[in-house]
Amino acid sequence: MTLRSSSDKPVGVIGAGNFGSVIANILARNRKVLLYARDEKVVERILEKRENRGHKMHKNVLPTGDMEYLASQCDIIFPIVPSEHFRNMMKKLSPYLHPYHILIHGTKGFDIKLPKGETIESVNTLSRNEVKTMSEVICEESVVVRVGCLAGPNLSKELSQRQPGATVVASHFNEVIQVGKRLLRNDRFQVYGNNDLVGVEIAGVLKNIIAIASGALNGLGYGENAKGLLISRGAVEMVYLGRALGGNTKAFLGVAGIGDLVTTCNSPMSRNFTVGYRLAKGEKLKHILEDMQEVAEGVNTIRIVKKCADHYKVRPLITDTLYKVLFEGMTVQDALDYLMRYPLNVDIDFI
Amino acid sequence: MEILEEKKNKNIGYKPILEGIPDWPVYQLSKNRKEFLEEVTQKSIEQIRLLRPSRKQLIDELETTVFREQNRLKRNRWRVDPKDEPRFWTRIKNELIELSNKSPEESGKKEEEILHEIVHRYANEIAGNFKPTSYRFAREAIKFWFGRLLNGARVKKFGAIFRSQYALRDKIHIVGKVKMLRKLAKKGTVVMVPTHFSNLDSILIGWVIHSLGLPAFLYGAGLNLFNIGIFAYFMNSLGAYKVDRRKKNLPYLETLKMYSNLALQKGAHSLFFPGGTRSRSGLIEKQLKLGLLSTTIEAQRNLYLGDNSEKTRKIFVVPVTLNYHFVLEAPDLIEDYLQVKGQDRYFPEQDNYGSFQLIKFMFKFFTKGSSISVSIGPGLDVMGNYVDDEGNSLDANNKILEPREYFMTNGVVTIDKQREGEYTRMLATRIVSEYHRINRIFASHLVAFIAFEMWLKKHPKLDLFGFLRLPEEDLEIPYEEFKAEFKKVRKEIYRLKEEGKVYHATHLKGDLDLVIKRGIDNVGIFHLKRPLLKNRKGNIVTQDLNVLYYYHNRLVGYDLEKLI
Repeated sequence: MTLRSSSDKPVGVIGAGNFGSVIANILARNRKVLLYARDEKVVERILEKRENRGHKMHKNVLPTGDMEYLASQCDIIFPIVPSEHFRNMMKKLSPYLHPYHILIHGTKGFDIKLPKGETIESVNTLSRNEVKTMSEVICEESVVVRVGCLAGPNLSKELSQRQPGATVVASHFNEVIQVGKRLLRNDRFQVYGNNDLVGVEIAGVLKNIIAIASGALNGLGYGENAKGLLISRGAVEMVYLGRALGGNTKAFLGVAGIGDLVTTCNSPMSRNFTVGYRLAKGEKLKHILEDMQEVAEGVNTIRIVKKCADHYKVRPLITDTLYKVLFEGMTVQDALDYLMRYPLNVDIDFI
Repeated sequence: MEILEEKKNKNIGYKPILEGIPDWPVYQLSKNRKEFLEEVTQKSIEQIRLLRPSRKQLIDELETTVFREQNRLKRNRWRVDPKDEPRFWTRIKNELIELSNKSPEESGKKEEEILHEIVHRYANEIAGNFKPTSYRFAREAIKFWFGRLLNGARVKKFGAIFRSQYALRDKIHIVGKVKMLRKLAKKGTVVMVPTHFSNLDSILIGWVIHSLGLPAFLYGAGLNLFNIGIFAYFMNSLGAYKVDRRKKNLPYLETLKMYSNLALQKGAHSLFFPGGTRSRSGLIEKQLKLGLLSTTIEAQRNLYLGDNSEKTRKIFVVPVTLNYHFVLEAPDLIEDYLQVKGQDRYFPEQDNYGSFQLIKFMFKFFTKGSSISVSIGPGLDVMGNYVDDEGNSLDANNKILEPREYFMTNGVVTIDKQREGEYTRMLATRIVSEYHRINRIFASHLVAFIAFEMWLKKHPKLDLFGFLRLPEEDLEIPYEEFKAEFKKVRKEIYRLKEEGKVYHATHLKGDLDLVIKRGIDNVGIFHLKRPLLKNRKGNIVTQDLNVLYYYHNRLVGYDLEKLI
């Protein structure tokens, strides 16, 4: 491997949101970074004030509004845009991509392609033909095959304060994992590799469901015992769902599984947690969502996962019950009573 | 038996793309056989040394190899195995024992000598021996005798046997991307990967290659075929190399892969069955063997590595499906399959069909009209991208892309075995989906599928094995019911064809009763117990549920069962 050419080429980041900016800053400690922002004003602001979304931007980060330029300059690109925009972003980027590109995305969410005339409310079940992970979107929309993802307990705020943390780079290709490690690792940031790309992606999505439940427990005023119960049962449920959707068990026990789950369930700042909390306080979902500026991924995830579970004939207890709370008018207190009385008592049966 | 004459076949025969046999890459290889085998040996040894770098590791590997080989000799000897094998392995074993008592200084490079001896032996065993004279002879013999049989059988007059009104190509329909295949064979190196249902495939595909005007291909054929005299003769003269699936030891596998790899790099068009063995269940292959497939990717990478220009020779993968009304071995294959279903174990190779049975079958085949069709798929590059007629790789939007870039890191072509392993897996997935797409549905496949599924639906409480144990006498479908289902499913097949998900034979169209009759008359036509028949009441019955299951499996994977 020649290090000569690899060290002078910049690394690309697409999406100047919260997480995108943080990742750009982490990458900038090792390499020059091109950061793509859709909005011209954001590009100008970063150029002038070296600031974005409350993050001070590293001097190695160069903002750009030109995707073609970014793709021509960078062999390695980190797309970090919300899941609902991901496919469109890939369609725009795709003409400039070559088979030598490596893409490592940092987006947690599913992409859904619905049959004509259907909406997410109207379809009865969803299968993996309609529900795709971001890495699958990349492969469908472009010639890139060397794909990976970033997942783990990565709260943007803590990362930007350089608190100790870790992430997982998952890919079928060892080459991609090595690249991710080399670029992201520093004295405060540990990087682990995992070959189960789909498992890691799914773990990152499913944990949002449990985060809503965690907020709900908090809103009811319960303490740590209840949370411990939720996290451990939630992890089991994630394993089952994950297997049905094409992941392995192992990914769910690692940094991107349990690690991310514990962090998310303990962070009252997160949007998913807030949704659960306010539901428990008796507010209606519609009202809560109107109040929030950005969508809580978990709400959509519950809808998708419930319909997938129906298709693959698995019974995810927590997800099903949350679905009833969110969309069928069950109260949080009734949901909890239902779960506590459920006659299932096998602790672990999947290893 | 022929009810509807197939549409007049348009295959008018093709001119050879290379004039004389001396131009053929496969001939070049066999002319320089000795040098080539020496190269295979050297490079295989290098590869093995890379995988087993220390002296101890190598000796361990050699001991394992000897142990396995001696085991094979004890348990599973074949007629083709060379007579001197037991002596050879005993000697190697003794040398190894001697070696393990000595220190590295005393023994020198003895272990490397032993490795060389083993690998060289394997290389010789694997290598085909293409001889132009016997190739020409075999080719003419097949053409001549098949042609005579055909004419004698079709035109029922004495003397017809000397006419050449019908040719083999009236029986065997070649459809699909023929022109493209011929073009690609001129542009680069073609690797043909057919589905594998019957031992007959090997000879059939040889004839197909010849009649398309292509030079002889380098053939990977199961060594078990060489147990059957008549096959051994044809395969040898067609230049087949031998794949022995009993040998799973590292030196053998590396030698085999290197042989294919180097031949591809030298531009020899190749052919192997990526399923590894005949489909036991009758299903189109779902899992491919990755060993030989990986050599296409390695060879392409090496070509890129050695040549920086735009004009690097490209390797094209061409999937092919073979479609039969009748598979001679079906009863035995499905028996094997049902016996081991759920347990992952080795299939003992049983070839119950000697030369005599085969000739008998051939005769029936030509006299009783049961056509075969061969679908040639579109060319793929080694990454599974479609290519155009000029051999350029295309992305999903038909934009030309450069496959060299799949092998590049930081602007240069690199060797990364793990990456190529993933690429092989991706290629295998692509080939399998291409098989399903180019598969050509016959009326006989469809009647088998529908009858089986209808019976299965009537017994929802039974699992597959319980169902297959039902007495055949109890099963009967009223004809009208069957016809209604057939109509529904056929419509769905038309729809799938419109979407480009499958093909069907032209005989599937037209009057329902005739098509159904054609299907029932042809499905498993020469089996002692017929999988489907009409009884006196005109209803559908079966004599052998297992064999029906086998023919039914051909159409699994299109979600057609949901309709029934």
